Amino acid sequence: MQMAQPISESKRKNTDFTDTSLETTNPKWSPPRRFRLNAEARAGLLFASPFIIGFFIFTLFPLLTSLYLSFTRYDVLNAPRWIGLLNYQRLLADERVGKTLFNTLYFVVLSVPTAIPVALGLALLLNQRVRGRALWRTAFYLPQITPAVAVGVLWIRILSPQDGLLNQALGVVGIQGPAWTIDANWVKPALIIMRTWSVGWLVVILLAALQQVPRELYEAATVDGAGPFQRFRFITLPMISGVLFFATITMTIFSLNVFTEPMVIFPPQVFGGQMGPQDSALFYVLYLFNEGFGNFRMGYASALAWVLFVLSVVIVLIQLRISRRLVHTEVGNE
Amino acid sequence: MSVTTLPNLPKTTIAAPSHALTAVGERKSLPWRLIFGILLYGSLIFFTVLFVAPFVWLVSNSLKDSGSAFDPTLIPQPVEWQNYVRIFQEIPLLRMAINTIFVTVLGVGSVLISSSMIAFALARLRFPGRNIVFLGVLGTMLMPGAVTMIPVYLIWKALNLTGTLTPLWLGNVFGSSFYIFMLRQFFLGIPQDIIEAARVDGASYFGIYWRLMLPLARPALIAVAIFEFQAKWNDFMGPLIYVQKGELVTLSLGLQQFVQRMGYGQFRWELLFAASVVVTLPMMILYLMAQKQFIEGIATTGSKG
Repeated sequence: MQMAQPISESKRKNTDFTDTSLETTNPKWSPPRRFRLNAEARAGLLFASPFIIGFFIFTLFPLLTSLYLSFTRYDVLNAPRWIGLLNYQRLLADERVGKTLFNTLYFVVLSVPTAIPVALGLALLLNQRVRGRALWRTAFYLPQITPAVAVGVLWIRILSPQDGLLNQALGVVGIQGPAWTIDANWVKPALIIMRTWSVGWLVVILLAALQQVPRELYEAATVDGAGPFQRFRFITLPMISGVLFFATITMTIFSLNVFTEPMVIFPPQVFGGQMGPQDSALFYVLYLFNEGFGNFRMGYASALAWVLFVLSVVIVLIQLRISRRLVHTEVGNE
Repeated sequence: MSVTTLPNLPKTTIAAPSHALTAVGERKSLPWRLIFGILLYGSLIFFTVLFVAPFVWLVSNSLKDSGSAFDPTLIPQPVEWQNYVRIFQEIPLLRMAINTIFVTVLGVGSVLISSSMIAFALARLRFPGRNIVFLGVLGTMLMPGAVTMIPVYLIWKALNLTGTLTPLWLGNVFGSSFYIFMLRQFFLGIPQDIIEAARVDGASYFGIYWRLMLPLARPALIAVAIFEFQAKWNDFMGPLIYVQKGELVTLSLGLQQFVQRMGYGQFRWELLFAASVVVTLPMMILYLMAQKQFIEGIATTGSKG
């Protein structure tokens, strides 16, 4: 991902933070003394310090701790007990883990390529010369601002086989809707539909990106005889590819971590301890959460967490690799 | 990626539509314009119906009495406004709302200040290790929360803060990587010369930050505020881990517990829906009020690209 740097920044030659020479191009720097950080560097470090501190406390330390914990048995009441690779062995043998991986990856692989084109389509619609754009945009964004729990509550009923809104609507067109919340095969598609309903934030971001594309490019292309599809393919897509890529990665990470909606719609007590019919709504983070905070198997949960971490890194790296060929970076960026 | 660095092309205004599908100057004949218009507005209406219908259904069913819930009638007969009074009696919605407001306000306030400070440093102040810090921001953005969930809980436990509302917002004091990234993009769009001029005039770096950068960043800050307001108001996992039950339950958690209490039974759904409407309403009002600045804020941060 290329970052924008205004031109004046690149003209700066002096990157010394310790000003040991008498000759500087910038008269406002503090007097030269060995190994003294100038005022700007001091200010910069000070201003950035909250993140640096927070990074160590809430990111780096927990990351290392959870790695350590993944090799132990820890139930919070007693001290952690080292058990080596036992958690990971158990993980590989645990069939519920297999189910969660299947469910989670199914969800990711289907929801991301569904949500993004839908969002892009809506953004393209909004980008036309329409009246009352704010109105339509609000409508599309509405599901986004609804609390996830409320969304869950709402969709429990929408998905209800007999009197839910979805099946009623399908009935109008003559389709017999399936038992979304009871039939194990339809549980994940139902959740994907629900997720697609909440693409509002994507629409807003994509719309902003679309509006940044300079009109002159389209005009030049039209003069050269390009039709609308060609304009889309050769101007629009490349120009917003950076944002599309960002959206894809973000959406993937969100989907890998899906938690709240399944938790609300498929509480374990309804299906005899399982998440949804035959564990069809058992997603990775839900299982992790349950093992850690429900069964107090913190060591095992940490092992699960690290597997998810490695998986996420691999997926993001793969996407980065692919993007290098697909994402357009502009001339003029670093 | 920010398009604002393309050198010789004038910036398009935010309100200007692109002409990806219709060309500038291409004067279509009337029948084509009509068909295009019908398709366009037809699609918009269709999707709007799709997106908004669930809400209409939600509100409509929240006003029905328990007998006729989910009848395929849109306007309830009779309209049970009482439902909205009843839910405040059934569950301590007011207290939950106060808890949620508390967490949200503190969270939004602290994240605005800390993230903008850090973003300012990353964008416009040169200091050793700046690139590493930025990599750290990127890395934190892409990390799944589940990995740090347990040790972070243990940290709060060691500080004896589990069971309080503090873990739900205090982390924001250290900034949040998404917003740092967004605001950094924004600050990069502000010319260095302004800062130089202020320095020459003798302003301190804090003064530049407080009196120059922040006011300039208003649209982006509003966007951040709305995003975080949403995140904190809707937060479910946080309260689930740290609060669980009792006096300090927030709206999201309380709503879910309400669902669990009723199970999948067919009765009293209208109350549940009414509660959901109450939980959602403040967010909607906020968004409707701040919509324009919100969209503007997102656009000026280079669309988070």
